Amino acid sequence: MPVLGRRAALTLAAGALAAPAVARADAARVLRFVPQANLSSLDAVAGTQYVVRNAAAMVWETLYGVDASFTPRPQMCEGHEASADFRTWTFRLRPGLRWHDGERVTSRDVVASLQRWMVRDTMGQVIRGRLDALEAIDDRSVRFRLNKPFSKMLFALGKSNAPMALIMPERIARTDPFQLIGDYVGSGPMVFRKDEWVPGARAVFARFAGYQPRQEPGEWLAGGKRMNFERIEWQILPDPATAGAALQNGEVDWWETPIPDLVPLLRRNRDVVVDIADPLGNLGSLRMNHLFPPFSDVRARQALLMATSQSDYMEAVCGGDAALWQTTASFFTPGTALYTEDGGELLKGPRRYDAAKQLLAAAGYNGEKVILMVATDMAITKAEGDVTADMLGRIGMNVDYQALDWGTVGARRAKKDPPGKGGWHIFHTWHAGADCINPAPYTALDAGGDKAWFGWPNSPAVEDGIVAWYDAPDATAEKAAAAAINRAAFADVVYIPTGFFRQYQAWRRDVAGIARAPFPVFWGVRKG
Amino acid sequence: MIWRYAGRRILATIPVMGFVALFVFSLLYFAPGDPAAIIAGDQASAEDIVRIRASLGLDRPFIVRFGEWLWQVLHGDLGTSIFANLPVAHMIGQRVEPTLSLMVLTLLFAVAVAVPLGVLAAARAGSWIDRVIMLFAVLGFSVPVFVVGYLLAWVFALQLDWLPVQGYVPLARGVLPWLRNLVMPVIALGAIYIALIARITRAAMLEVLGQDYIRTARAKGLGSLPVLFLHALKNASVPIVTVVGIGVALLIGGAVVTETVFAIPGIGRLVVDAILRRDYPVIQGVTLLFSVVYVLVNLAVDLLYSVLDPRIRQ
Repeated sequence: MPVLGRRAALTLAAGALAAPAVARADAARVLRFVPQANLSSLDAVAGTQYVVRNAAAMVWETLYGVDASFTPRPQMCEGHEASADFRTWTFRLRPGLRWHDGERVTSRDVVASLQRWMVRDTMGQVIRGRLDALEAIDDRSVRFRLNKPFSKMLFALGKSNAPMALIMPERIARTDPFQLIGDYVGSGPMVFRKDEWVPGARAVFARFAGYQPRQEPGEWLAGGKRMNFERIEWQILPDPATAGAALQNGEVDWWETPIPDLVPLLRRNRDVVVDIADPLGNLGSLRMNHLFPPFSDVRARQALLMATSQSDYMEAVCGGDAALWQTTASFFTPGTALYTEDGGELLKGPRRYDAAKQLLAAAGYNGEKVILMVATDMAITKAEGDVTADMLGRIGMNVDYQALDWGTVGARRAKKDPPGKGGWHIFHTWHAGADCINPAPYTALDAGGDKAWFGWPNSPAVEDGIVAWYDAPDATAEKAAAAAINRAAFADVVYIPTGFFRQYQAWRRDVAGIARAPFPVFWGVRKG
Repeated sequence: MIWRYAGRRILATIPVMGFVALFVFSLLYFAPGDPAAIIAGDQASAEDIVRIRASLGLDRPFIVRFGEWLWQVLHGDLGTSIFANLPVAHMIGQRVEPTLSLMVLTLLFAVAVAVPLGVLAAARAGSWIDRVIMLFAVLGFSVPVFVVGYLLAWVFALQLDWLPVQGYVPLARGVLPWLRNLVMPVIALGAIYIALIARITRAAMLEVLGQDYIRTARAKGLGSLPVLFLHALKNASVPIVTVVGIGVALLIGGAVVTETVFAIPGIGRLVVDAILRRDYPVIQGVTLLFSVVYVLVNLAVDLLYSVLDPRIRQ
């Protein structure tokens, strides 16, 4: 019978004693994150879903990246040269950049990636409209030659909203901009583990050993992206109660979107921190169809504006947590450089239901059905829809409340058919505050008629304001343009802002370094 | 004889599957919603969505799309996910083990608990034992799976810290970790199933226990247990087997909720996610799979009838 020797026994005992420490060390190298939604793809150029953008920003990088003040800073680039008239922009890649498969990043990759991005992104389309040539000068340099000045090039290349100007290997960037990519090789700090991907359940990102972060401190999309984890595991937990329980039980480390109902419970747990991680929050939106009566008449839209009580909306959305919301007579994000309340008087003061009824009558409204599409599978749109149904009833409108899922609303809102034949009158959504800081990433503010966002508002004054912002030579001119846009957007009621609200995030107390940003920033986060 | 019977039944399933395929495809074709709108995201324009639809081939006529899909299926190809760009068969393959584990364990657990309870309730019909068992059955049938799930998670995970709240550990990583993650889902999903089988077992047993041959067996001096389990239960088993078969459909539906509550990466969640995103190839593939499973289970039940009661074969 074999006998356990003294040395072997000591080794075993030491191993047993060390085991918990080893387990703790392993746990500290893995971050378990619960994202806001299922990660169904990874293409933040072809699609604009925030969850896709958040994942893609770990795998791919941009030439420039914005910091917390929205200042674009070099990321993949050493720097740039711009001609005095902003018609020629030259960028030089920093040395040593590698793709996850070991190949070098070249200017050909950059050209192909930007060509794909310019087809899909609003700012990209502006650049494309002014483009004479985008060319690779040598292996590390690319040059834009424009036929019209474009001073906002760095912001366009470094902005955080999708479609982002992500740089991909040329073979991937050649994919049709309207088709999703299936090859996920990037040059960012994390490698997407396609072999471990279980769509709808789990997505795994492993640290890219070949990544060389910049020397500056990391801030949002700028600076050194230093990863303190070997793996980041995204666990898709569609049920909020399960996600909350998993966080309390230490099975996950960070939950991106706890619902307000569960926040008091999470706050009572000493091992959990609850805080607002995105200071830029969101703008609620009531979107009307400008193509058909009654909302083809501006007076009908103004009637809704004067009946809109933002505090009702925000209380419904935020569950009575006053720290999370504020009213705002603006289309721009509160607290940001272009914020203005010019022209927002109709949203202020007591609500005027009788005056709204008179305006509706003047617009020719006579009790016809108004189709309100409500995505009841999303708490925010459900709350907004319920408040709108009540408000429309108060001003005498005949509401056809259609409870749908977001998939149906998303498809149906694109239909320009008359409301009685498959179309619609009103739907709700919300816009990330980071997208409402200026007109460039703000598709919901476009008012170019047929080419505008759903609802197809047509306001030449808003369009003029947007052009003025693009051409503004300095911050003062930009502010003036924003004020003009705000006035025009309220006068023509492009859409109705239903208030500004923030959302909480929650994480385990042993997790540190979570940045206040409009998207989860994984670099700089550590655990244990 | 039984093989000929089985062969006839298998052939009869082919038109059923064809009809299911056509029905599912038509349903999705005419249902509202559009994967292109979801891919495009909130910032995209109506024109973007139209371009994406075209690139996905979703603007082609019904007959062309159905014919193409049927041709693929007949060649063993369930297609590719619109979103993940992964083969549907691969995605189903990733999810089979968790769902199969959940369903098989639930089935075994439910039968192991419900049949003895039903027999006991019938044997003590009208007593307090019968009433307690039937009360439990009513509760099991009435309380939704997700409520049972949340209660179990609160007690056994959050309060006692005995079991994990969510997730799934593959069997290959050890029986105990695998079981630890499945205990609560199996109990939550099993409750309704136990209630159903226990009630049917009790009713079937009561009918059999009133028959002459049982009285004869007792008169011959046989003990209660042999009478109940050897004589009565076998003859009461046809309705029990029927309800177990029907219950597989319940299990499929219940698995969707259970997998969501306990975050088990199974087929139920796959199909719900696919429906929400309108990932047509995935929905079609999974529905076809569920249909095959259901048809096969019914076939197995029919074959079992003929084993338990040879008169059925005639």
